[in-house]
Formats: sequence, structure tokens, C-alpha cells
Amino acid sequence: MKKDKLIISNKKFSSRLIVGTGKYKNMQECAKAINLSGAEIVTVAVRRVNITDKKKPLLMDYIDPKKITYLPNTAGCFNSKDALRTLRLAREIGGWKLVKLEVLGDKKNLFPEMIETLKSTEILTKEGFKVMVYCNDDPLMAKRLENSGACAIMPLAAPIGSGLGIINEINIKIIRKQTKLPLIIDAGLGQASDAAIAMELGCDGVLVNTAIAKAKKPFQMALAFKNAVIAGRQSYLSGRIKKTLYGNPSSPKSGII
Amino acid sequence: MKKKIKIKLNGKLKTINNKSTLFNIVQKNKIPLAKVAIELNQEIVDKKKIKNINLKNNDKIEIVHFIGGG
Repeated sequence: MKKDKLIISNKKFSSRLIVGTGKYKNMQECAKAINLSGAEIVTVAVRRVNITDKKKPLLMDYIDPKKITYLPNTAGCFNSKDALRTLRLAREIGGWKLVKLEVLGDKKNLFPEMIETLKSTEILTKEGFKVMVYCNDDPLMAKRLENSGACAIMPLAAPIGSGLGIINEINIKIIRKQTKLPLIIDAGLGQASDAAIAMELGCDGVLVNTAIAKAKKPFQMALAFKNAVIAGRQSYLSGRIKKTLYGNPSSPKSGII
Repeated sequence: MKKKIKIKLNGKLKTINNKSTLFNIVQKNKIPLAKVAIELNQEIVDKKKIKNINLKNNDKIEIVHFIGGG
């Protein structure tokens, strides 16, 4: 298992759990949860600096970008233009090229707007970005993203923040079979077992925010997700038994008294 | 009396001295330059060159950084 690394755009990571940094009570809680989760990649949002309240704590003061890979996102962008603007700014902050593209379609269900997502992936890739793409769980669209230069395919399990778990396991399996790119479940997980299921389906990793940040005990949930991802991966690599309709005793049938 | 101009900084209207540079604005607002990106009228600005950028009336400046997000 030691050599079993998550490789994204030639960069190796030991942890297959990526966590978001939003929705925590404060920066201290966020930093501690990340530490406990063992995540080496965290998603971050790009927003205006607070000009009026200069004492507001900065994310970089709590999570060291030299130790943890920042994955800037385009959360809140509903078209390609805004997403490109956001990521170009993110790159300017300090050379970030590995990014999470997320172009949303409507405010209620937060599903990805795939036409704009596809367009943005092409442009960003041409500009030298390594684009990890939040997308729906449609194998055809996943293929088109791959052809457009995406460096990781990140289908939703369910709507962002919904906690519903993986709704369409079949589609995730089909996407797994068709792509060699890292496949990461992004959004919609609710509990640690959802992450284990994702890993058992053959996903390369999971991205979790709300399920940890909004759990009653975020630190314990961060640990639970860490363990679930490891367990799910080990289970996937171990080769599960075939399912049968009838029972098959675990103890020998011979020598019964 | 010094001539004043009006600019927008992160959506907020500000009145500043004419001939102010972008560097003056960054300094005045105690912006940690290494942790931000700057846009002037929707064009990304090279942070190394902000001392040479004179601001004009109606300029729109956006200064962004990373915050928590999913």
C-alpha cells in the first residue's frame, strides 16, 4: 500500500482524501480538521480581501500552502467568463496552476453547467492550467472533458452539500472503466461509508467539505473519512468475492459430529 | 489643495489623491502583497509593477485572496 499513490498531473500524493476549507466555525477548527483528515490537498475559494476589517484572519496563516497543496476553485461562478477570471487571479496570487473548475448551472440544485465547463476546460488547458473538473455523472460528458485536456474527472455523487451519497453507482463505474485519468468523487457525500463506497467503485479519491465541516463532531468525522478512504481503497485493491444468491458455509461441511 | 479622484476598491467608492499609485493603495490598506492578486479595470496587474501604475478617475480595483471554500 505504501507505493499506492494518488497521482494528479505527475504530482504524487499519499492521501486520497481531498477536503474543502469552507463552512467551518473558524479557521482553527478548519485547520485541525484538515490535519486530522490527513488530506494533502485542500480546496480554497477566491474572494475579495476585506478592506474594512483588516484584522480578519487569513487562510494562509492557518494552512501553510507550502505544506498543503491549495486547489483554488471557481465556486460561485455560473459562466465560463467568471470562472476563467477567477482562476487567472488564483494563478496570480502565487503561481497556482492546479485548479478545480466548477461552473454551476443553477442556484437551487448547484448542478454543473456542462457546456460552459467544457469550454472553460479547453481554454484553461491551453493556458497551461492543470484542470480538475467538477462535472455531472454522465460518462459521455466525462469523455469529452478528458478529450478537452482535463487532468482529473470529478463527478458529483449528489448535489453539493446534500449529503445524499452516491446516487448513480452504475455511471460512476462506467466512467471508471472508460478513463485512466484520476477519478475523484466531488460533492454530495454525507458520511464516511459513502467515501468507502466511492473507493470500492474504483475511484482514485474523494473530495469532501460539508460532511466533515457540518458534522456534529467535525474532528471525529475528519478521522472517520480518512479511515473510510483507506479502507475503501484497500478493499478495492483486494478483489472482492463474487455475489451469490444462496448461502455458502464458512466452516467445513465434513467432520460434523 | 490637492486634486482628488474617485476610484472603486473592491466595490467600495473611495476618494484618493490625484497621482496616487496602485502601490499607495496597497500600502494604505495594509494589503499583504504576497497573498493577493490584483485586477485593475478587469486586467490582471503584475504585482512587481504597481509602483509605476498611476490611478485615474473611475478606475476599478479588485484585490482578492484565498478563503475557505469547497
